[in-house]
Amino acid sequence: MNLITRGFHGRRGGDPARIPPGQYEAHDFPVLSVGPTPRVDTDDWAFTVTTETGTAHSWTWDEFLGLAQERPHVDIHCVTRWSKLDTDWVGVSVDTLLADVESTADYAVAHSYGGYTTNLPLEDLTDGQAWIVHTFDGEPLAAEHGGPARLLVPHLYFWKSAKWVKGLTLTPGDEPGFWEQAGYHDYGDPWREQRYRGD
Amino acid sequence: MTRPTRLDGNVLAGPLSEVFSVDLTAAARLCSVCGDEGVCAQLLVYADGPGLVARCPGCAVLVLRLVRTPHGVVLDLGGTGCVTIPLGEEP
Repeated sequence: MNLITRGFHGRRGGDPARIPPGQYEAHDFPVLSVGPTPRVDTDDWAFTVTTETGTAHSWTWDEFLGLAQERPHVDIHCVTRWSKLDTDWVGVSVDTLLADVESTADYAVAHSYGGYTTNLPLEDLTDGQAWIVHTFDGEPLAAEHGGPARLLVPHLYFWKSAKWVKGLTLTPGDEPGFWEQAGYHDYGDPWREQRYRGD
Repeated sequence: MTRPTRLDGNVLAGPLSEVFSVDLTAAARLCSVCGDEGVCAQLLVYADGPGLVARCPGCAVLVLRLVRTPHGVVLDLGGTGCVTIPLGEEP
């Protein structure tokens, strides 16, 4: 007779092969913020892609919802060491938003309501790797988690998935964002534990 | 839902003591954006993210970022404004 069951450990089918080194599986959804939570009304919301030549492409909330919607089912990994498996989102692929954008830029900076920024290679935002999401787990994305819409780039540490996102600026060179300026890794691959600059 | 934790500037005392020999949380601060006057211990600190982020209690402007990495302390004081640090009586 087993006196200790797996249930005592609180696991719900977690797969260790899906947890990057140095991470643990979280079953809640921690809220991490660097300032007051912006409260953005969808009537006032807009998403803008600005190219390196200054050309801007913008979508209102209704226009954004009218684009092709995708349902990414992904694992997410925060640099503060929690990972959350099997998360469900609804949103628009960055590929869709960039479809009519002419650019030769290699990098992008995501800008958020509230002033947060993060930088990514453009090739990490395309080819089905990134979305602007507005729904989490079947519900409108809560403001604490970045609603009305956030960037979702699940293959990089979650600080790259900017909450309250309002736009992407395409840039020829790499321009470090909020945490990247402050000592965090420029790229942030959780499988290579690229937490800090120099890792 | 878990909510973010906002603390006051006293939480900065330990991390800043690794860098400075004086207690900056007791220093008077004049915000260069909104003119708010107070001591650094009154800053609003967001501590549950990847680093410590301190903001002005008057206007929420970014005052300080502090990240402890395996390679050292990264400290951005770019929004500090002007601080006055008491040094005691001259001999």
